Amino acid sequence: MSAIVASPEGFDIPPDDRRLIRWTVYIGYFALFAGVAHGFAQAMSYAGIDILRFFPFLQGYYQGLTAHGVANALFFTFAFSNGFLPLLTSRALARRLHSGLLHGTLWTLVAANILVIFAVTTNRASVLYTSYAPLQAHWTYYLGLVLLVVSSYVAAAHLIVLLVGWKKEHRGERIPLLAFICVATYAMWILASLGVAVSFIGFLLPWSLGILERTDPLLNRTLFWFTGHAIVYVWLLPAYISWYALVPRQVGGKIVSDPLTRVVFVMFLLLSVPTGFHHQYTDPGIGTRMKAFHALLTFGVFYPSLATAFSVVASLEIGGRARGGRGVLGWIKRLPWGDPSVSAQLLAMFTFVFGGITGLINASYTMNQVVHNTAWIPGHFHMTVGSAVALTLMGVAYWLIPYLTGRKLWGRRVAVAQAWIYAVGVLIFARGMISGGLDGMPRRTFLAAAAYHKDSWALAGALTGIGGTLMTLGALLFFVVIVMTIWTGRRGEGPTDIPFAEALLPPTTSGWDTKLDRLGWWFVAAVVLVAIAYGPFFLQYLPPHLVSPGYRFF
Amino acid sequence: MRIEQYEKAFLGVGAAMLVVFLVALAYTSISMGVHLPGRAGEIDPAQVRSIPPFDEPGVRELGPGRYEAVIVAQAWGFQPNEIRVPAGSEVTFIAATVDVIHGLYVEGTRVNMMLIPGQVSRNTYRFDEAGEHLLACHEYCGIGHHVMSGKVVVE
Repeated sequence: MSAIVASPEGFDIPPDDRRLIRWTVYIGYFALFAGVAHGFAQAMSYAGIDILRFFPFLQGYYQGLTAHGVANALFFTFAFSNGFLPLLTSRALARRLHSGLLHGTLWTLVAANILVIFAVTTNRASVLYTSYAPLQAHWTYYLGLVLLVVSSYVAAAHLIVLLVGWKKEHRGERIPLLAFICVATYAMWILASLGVAVSFIGFLLPWSLGILERTDPLLNRTLFWFTGHAIVYVWLLPAYISWYALVPRQVGGKIVSDPLTRVVFVMFLLLSVPTGFHHQYTDPGIGTRMKAFHALLTFGVFYPSLATAFSVVASLEIGGRARGGRGVLGWIKRLPWGDPSVSAQLLAMFTFVFGGITGLINASYTMNQVVHNTAWIPGHFHMTVGSAVALTLMGVAYWLIPYLTGRKLWGRRVAVAQAWIYAVGVLIFARGMISGGLDGMPRRTFLAAAAYHKDSWALAGALTGIGGTLMTLGALLFFVVIVMTIWTGRRGEGPTDIPFAEALLPPTTSGWDTKLDRLGWWFVAAVVLVAIAYGPFFLQYLPPHLVSPGYRFF
Repeated sequence: MRIEQYEKAFLGVGAAMLVVFLVALAYTSISMGVHLPGRAGEIDPAQVRSIPPFDEPGVRELGPGRYEAVIVAQAWGFQPNEIRVPAGSEVTFIAATVDVIHGLYVEGTRVNMMLIPGQVSRNTYRFDEAGEHLLACHEYCGIGHHVMSGKVVVE
């Protein structure tokens, strides 16, 4: 049996550091709140009901859709991870956080928020979160998103500083698992972010400032998706970290295998980035052979998720059986469903089964033509980022916020109900969107006001609206629980440590799995794979085709 | 340990499943002629309307049962916005945008292409049955995106 942190007996995070981390993750949950309102309006629009005119502000559908995507997919996820991963790494290595780096992460995040909120609320940036040129946003929008990435770089640097410091004092020792998976996640992000960094700093920002007269829409789009597929794993892996390393403890189980967990994260580091063309199957200007190669690699990156499905469920089963569960499925009933942190994350895992299957269909090369840019796609990703991630991060909040504030969770039963309402809602919503998409319902479209309509969309639209309403209700209850915990939770009754589990199969000190710890090598290998997967396209395509001035059609 | 045997079996079956899916995809693409759009030429978006074939958008018969539909996309409409072909015909869609990114999607088919400034989009589809299909822009292109549509009528 092996603990996955350096000092299992305890390591205290000082109150000042906790406060900085708290505010960083608060920004994330606030972004979730800010984005949910418009999510509701969009679900209702699919049901043919326009509630936007009752909104006090952000009355434009696409302005609201931009707010929804940017707030929920970008700010929520990154703000959370930028606080959560340094916290876990610090705990795992038993090393003090650097308050300068915590401040750096927080304040760049605040600046990013101010700029993007200004641009979006004043309708200067209704370009949707994908920011496809040549729709042109105000420079504050592009600069704000650059600062969001900078904030994540500061957090990534923080993880590396902690790891390098630890290694100096522990030569020849295995990296504690919890730290390893956190660092591997942000190492992947550093490589993945290269695409948007080049696109935003090299093209979109100077173009929006008038320094660059024209830009290259296909190149910007390709650079976006260079980052854009891997970014979904940056959203997902913090949830995986919780499922692998923390949830087993919360259910009384164990991590199945330390080496296999490392293998999974190394595979994500290697395979997350060279898959971006599967978002561009229907694009002109990219050869079909390159697309087929990315399809193959996308199937490859499905593999660590398959391994995760086995490992995580096995670790839950260990817990369920330790709690007296019998029979093939009887252990499921014995899991601590009354703990909202657990039930939210178990339900998140369940929705992810369907998220994963629909994702594999999206990646399926020619089959993608049936679903690309239809309502199927948001149906799919609300079962990945919209629930596997969002619901997991809500579940994490149920111990994390008490841990960071020292206050007892308020409204445990409300919290359990919240998770069920949200999960049932997302499944109904996705059922609507997926069936509508197969029936030709487009995504990213203000259907309540569209020039076209099909009678057969009625059921799909209604399910989308009903599911979206339940999701909104579930999310609002989450905020009630969190706000009440922060304001009225009983002081001094929060958890005193992070719930980390032990591994059934520990790491070795001389076996093959010690090679897994060479994150530098794996990073280089990932760079080589990316060069193979993207090199031929760039060699054939470059220099940039600067053909498009900016358009502000909003 | 039994858990490791289960794990090996699970991962083995999972890998086999992925291989089967990939073989099926390769089969549809190579043997059934289901293709994705690829590289079909570059074009200056500012000059689209004066460069053949986009100087004369519309449907042309290329041969028996073979048609070409040349479409120009501009916020927020397609030109032409109605395409008529007889049932059983094979139609090659050739499209370009003059301004922002648009989508060209014929509902109920796999005609599904992005139109990106600077590039020509092209794909072929065979309409076997008579009927009417919605033609919609399915990529956000500005405030009037949801009115950008038309129809394909198979007679």
